Amino acid sequence: MSELLRLDGIMKAFPGVKALQDVQFDVRKGEVVSLMGENGAGKSTLIKILAGVYRKDAGTIQFDGRRVEIESPLHSQKLGISVMFQELNLLPNLSVAENIFAGREKGKFGLFDKHGTRKEALRYMNEVGLNCPPNTPVRELSVSQRQMVEFAKALSIQSKLIILDEPTSSLTDREAERLFEIIEKLKRDGVSIVFVSHKMKEVQMISDRVHILRDGAYVGCLEKGEVTEDRIIQLMVGRKLENIFEKAPSAIADEVLAVKGLHVPGKLKNISFSVRKGEIVGFAGLVGAGRTEVMRAVMGIDKRSSGQIFIEGREVHITSPSQAIEHGIGLVPEDRKQQGLVLGLSVKKNISLSALQQLTRIGVLSGTAEDQLADEYINKLSIKTPHRDQRAGNLSGGNQQKIVIAKWLATHPRVLILDEPTRGIDVGAKKEIYTLMSKLARQGVAIIMISSEMPEILGMSDRIIVMHEGEIKGSLDRESATQEKILELALKGA
Amino acid sequence: MDTEKMTSPSIGKVKGSMSKLFRGSNDILGVFLILLGLCVVMTFASDNFLSVDNLSSVARAFSFVAIMAIGMTIVIITGGIDMSVGSIFAFAGVITAYCYSDLQLALPLCILLGIIGGAAFGFINGLLINECNLPPFIATLGTMSVARGLSYAITSGFPISMPSSFNKLGQGMIFNIPYPIILMIVLAIIFTFILNKMIFGRHVYAVGGSEEASAISGIKVKRVKLAVYTISGFLSAIAGIIMTARLGVAQSTAGLGYELDVIAAVIIGGASFSGGKGTIVGAILGAAIMGVLRNGLVLLNVSAYWQQTVIGLVIIIAVTIDQLRYKKKA
Repeated sequence: MSELLRLDGIMKAFPGVKALQDVQFDVRKGEVVSLMGENGAGKSTLIKILAGVYRKDAGTIQFDGRRVEIESPLHSQKLGISVMFQELNLLPNLSVAENIFAGREKGKFGLFDKHGTRKEALRYMNEVGLNCPPNTPVRELSVSQRQMVEFAKALSIQSKLIILDEPTSSLTDREAERLFEIIEKLKRDGVSIVFVSHKMKEVQMISDRVHILRDGAYVGCLEKGEVTEDRIIQLMVGRKLENIFEKAPSAIADEVLAVKGLHVPGKLKNISFSVRKGEIVGFAGLVGAGRTEVMRAVMGIDKRSSGQIFIEGREVHITSPSQAIEHGIGLVPEDRKQQGLVLGLSVKKNISLSALQQLTRIGVLSGTAEDQLADEYINKLSIKTPHRDQRAGNLSGGNQQKIVIAKWLATHPRVLILDEPTRGIDVGAKKEIYTLMSKLARQGVAIIMISSEMPEILGMSDRIIVMHEGEIKGSLDRESATQEKILELALKGA
Repeated sequence: MDTEKMTSPSIGKVKGSMSKLFRGSNDILGVFLILLGLCVVMTFASDNFLSVDNLSSVARAFSFVAIMAIGMTIVIITGGIDMSVGSIFAFAGVITAYCYSDLQLALPLCILLGIIGGAAFGFINGLLINECNLPPFIATLGTMSVARGLSYAITSGFPISMPSSFNKLGQGMIFNIPYPIILMIVLAIIFTFILNKMIFGRHVYAVGGSEEASAISGIKVKRVKLAVYTISGFLSAIAGIIMTARLGVAQSTAGLGYELDVIAAVIIGGASFSGGKGTIVGAILGAAIMGVLRNGLVLLNVSAYWQQTVIGLVIIIAVTIDQLRYKKKA
């Protein structure tokens, strides 16, 4: 088999993060290569470079025997690369045929050739086995059928390489089977496939080779015969743990929050766990395992179909965030800019937002009390801002995160939930947030931390709960937890 | 030495509050300068502009739009819009007049029912937006038509005259200042206080900045929205009833197209359709700019057709300037 794609020494950095460092990667003609790695290992960045969404900082790309610089998504497509992102790139109100030829409409003198488009679309649809009229609007199709449309589109532009980003994540088993059949067929026709998935069984079944990334670096490749779950996990986690975690032991006391039998249709099954005073409980799992959903349900943002929530042993009724806050629960959400902060308001007004009740007398806000509260937390958390009236949107990520935390501390929470608390934050601010978490735990706050960063989970948690596809698959003590054990639960759910 | 020690902190304090005042009113300053410039130009262009009588009649003329603009500002800060204000304006006047002339109720009760009727429409707007998930534009466009239609139906299109005891409300004066202007000022002060000093006001700005973040922070977003549309309906009703008193008759066609003037005043006043931004003082200055402009064009004998054109251009220019200023800052 001759070589189709070869990447060498690929580098890509984003402000504060080195996403890819000296990555190599190759795909041969008519081969299925899987790309694996933990959350944040750099898979998405690598795909986006091939798709022309990002430009690489350094390194070389050889495609079909020529050295190329991929400049734009259109350029990538012209070279013969098709990328199927998880959120498919189709126009829902246009028909299947129109989608297949979107951007390359057939016609003469600006007139759209409807008949010709349909006829040709039908040919590609037959090839991938999509049985529906070519004028069906895409919004009426299932996810699986939409993928077929993407395949048909890839065929129509004579793609040599098709990259699939977690294509089976929202498919039923039967639909996944269909997908593998199409992959096999394409492979026989000489098309190469890059398959990104977290599902071990699929990877073992369809891959000719498996490339593995870890923390933005290339760690190795397994040939068909040597692909085993243990080998993959070993390569994915084999890193040294750096210790930037100032985890001081704190006295863990009584249970503060207990959740029993939580169900959210289609998202969560039978979730039960508890957190004690002074304890930091880490929630590990792959992206999409349902960790954020658990916290949204606990907070009363999303409706649960069943399940009880107990605060200090008493059952409480939480159906909205304001009720959760009354019971002493605070949530630092994953999406800081959308959900954590009101970017247009000042630092002060963000800090006081959930604690306004304490700052009023007969319904009137006391300006001095609010200023004092803001200054107190700006000092305590060393939020770097020119003054308390600065627009929150103008501060750096780390300082914004501190504002969100300050907002909750001002409500004196019993339980503080932090969802990916250090995402997109520089190392210095990370360290400060870890120190703060330890301090809060010592003061008796029960802390829940969702994190996709293994070192953070291992470094900060007293106990680790691992989720997989909407269920809790296990709980590990600080002493017995290892990267391998966590990943095994997160990947296999066994 | 001692005096120095004593004065220096207080100077710092004064400086601090000065800069704070400046920061807060930076947006308003621009609108104020536009108004001032317009007045200066008019003073030179027409001998009749700068007289107590003329200025007072200009202010009375725009006070109705300004009162409605107070409610509209609050709605627009939350990221919404209220198209129904002009119809509610007519509806409230019609209800008050109908209760008085057909049902022969006591005048204060008639006024109260008119106000309640207007506020109820606002409340319905809020319910439609919250519970039926309608976009604010659509919900209020619907009630705009319903309220106008009811006004026509109740009056069969005929004007209803009101007694002079009622008409004083719109025609009377204190120290030569017409009642509508006084009402506008009082309402502006009350609602500025509510927006800046009360929890509800803070919630209004927060919801407009980010509904998601507000909800997670424990703000009852739906309740805030219900309140702002009700306030808008309430203020439109007050303006409508005072206008009825000013004219001495209730008309089902009153306030036709006012929603556009009101929205223009709010936007000229520095509010943004994307929410989270805007002040009541700005909106009133915006209404004043439009009022002065209308008056000026009349004084200069510009034909009514061209007046429309000029006002349209001024709205576009004022908002463009504001956008450019905002871009520069960001």
